[in-house]
Amino acid sequence: MIDREQVLHVARLARLDLGEDEIERMATELSGILGHVERIGELDLEAVEPTSHVVTLENVLRPDRPRPSLPVERALEPAPDVADGAFRVPSPQA
Amino acid sequence: MSAELRDLSARAALDRIEAREVSGDELLAAYATAAAGDELNAFLWRADPDGAEAIAGPLAGLPIAVKDLFCTEGIETTAGSRILEGYRPPYTATAVRRLSEAGARVLGKTNMDEFAMGSSNENSAFGPVLNPWDRRRVPGGSSGGSAAAVAGRLAPWAIGTDTGGSIRQPASLCGIVGLKPTYGAISRYGMVAFASSLDQCGPLTRDVTDTAILLRALEGRDRCDSTSVGIPAGVELPSREDLSGLRLGVARDFSHHADGVEPGVAATFERMLELIADAGGEVVDIELPHASHGISAYYVIAPAEASANLARYDGVRYGLRVDGDGDLTTMYERTRAAGFGAEVKRRIMLGTYALSSGYYDAYYGRAQRVRTKIVEDFASAFATCDLIVTPTSPSVAFEIGAKVADPLSMYMSDYFTVPMSLAGIPAISIPAGLAEPAGGGPELPVGLQIAAPAFAESLLLDAAHALEGAIGFEGAKGAP
Repeated sequence: MIDREQVLHVARLARLDLGEDEIERMATELSGILGHVERIGELDLEAVEPTSHVVTLENVLRPDRPRPSLPVERALEPAPDVADGAFRVPSPQA
Repeated sequence: MSAELRDLSARAALDRIEAREVSGDELLAAYATAAAGDELNAFLWRADPDGAEAIAGPLAGLPIAVKDLFCTEGIETTAGSRILEGYRPPYTATAVRRLSEAGARVLGKTNMDEFAMGSSNENSAFGPVLNPWDRRRVPGGSSGGSAAAVAGRLAPWAIGTDTGGSIRQPASLCGIVGLKPTYGAISRYGMVAFASSLDQCGPLTRDVTDTAILLRALEGRDRCDSTSVGIPAGVELPSREDLSGLRLGVARDFSHHADGVEPGVAATFERMLELIADAGGEVVDIELPHASHGISAYYVIAPAEASANLARYDGVRYGLRVDGDGDLTTMYERTRAAGFGAEVKRRIMLGTYALSSGYYDAYYGRAQRVRTKIVEDFASAFATCDLIVTPTSPSVAFEIGAKVADPLSMYMSDYFTVPMSLAGIPAISIPAGLAEPAGGGPELPVGLQIAAPAFAESLLLDAAHALEGAIGFEGAKGAP
């Protein structure tokens, strides 16, 4: 159901560099899981509204007042590479 | 002395502290020694008891084990993943902060399935947790370290998180009590996110009263989590001794009659129905026509949310980075390939696929509509009953390795727990007794799940307390 090409496409979207053995296994496993999941296709859901959140909440607001936030040096502490008060990354190539 | 102290429930320990028969420091020392000798791989990090400050509050310095999904300032927080190995968060989760403010002290951080994805703890990057009842078996997951620590008397109590059953199922498999509160009852701030519309913090304890004490300390609105609302009516300590006047609903195809339920679990559940009647409760038939589709909806919604939440692990701000030969995208792809384990990759792939162009409506859209039907099922059921009972898990603890090769069979472990998560309602697992595993062998704990309408935690705990008394589970003090 899910073939090798689809696995590679989704892996690119998810930024996962899958190994050759992982690609094959993923195709089989995802097909199996989706086969089960697709049983919900049998249900009549035409007029049903989707649920994304179960607790009724509307416009949770707080006063727009500044308060202290995490100091920059503290936020940078766990980073693998920093420079000039910022996270350093390799430059994106075309 | 130390072993005797560790036999006490948290409530009993607090009573002894108040009577000045024992101090919080002695209890901390007893548990720290036990945790240092942890043979279950339940802990990933342990506090140094000598450095612990005495703090005031209703929890009187009692130690608590904390799932390694909660951020703790300056203390390594891994979420069971290589990608976060060595990460020391710059802040503490609200749930942990509230416990500290109530006087509890963090005993250690507990092992777990990577990013809370799993039902056996075999998905931890730091090795599986062993079930204290039988070390060849899993403790359940994903809060398996917390459950094993409490059942193995390495901690008086613990907190964990539950997205589709991750507190209730390990509580069931380890013979302890575990509560998933109503969605929004406890702040999720500082809890490493898996599926944000489902994730909820909750207690794992030796008995129902201990769960109520912890819930009381944990619940509340938090301005750092806009989806948190607390429990508006508060939490009463349970006092009920019988079930008179309560109607407990059983859905025939979502009970011991469902496919895949082990005979020992089915027989124990049947005994529970008799016990409910003996305790003055009325067992009533209900229907939950869409509950059996819960797993299908859940394994679209949770991976979809996870694929978005886990996008943040990119080797830039924290955690692992693998060199990409100077290229940014290659760095992302190699970092995530090296840092995530097989189950996490599987769910990211599943979620990314379900959200990808052309498939969104067929998978995510449909799953959200099934979620609506499940919410409606519970609403109609609660018009004719006060509480709903099911087995917590279709099986007792299974052997390590038994389900690793078959993700779908592992997912079915959550069959009874997932619908309550999708509906956001509270559900508790309490030990119902012991039963022989399907393949034979020594008897192992079976859990009973009780679910209530949203924010009806006090009623839920009261009924669970009454049943707990009627069951009289001896193993509740911990595994043999």
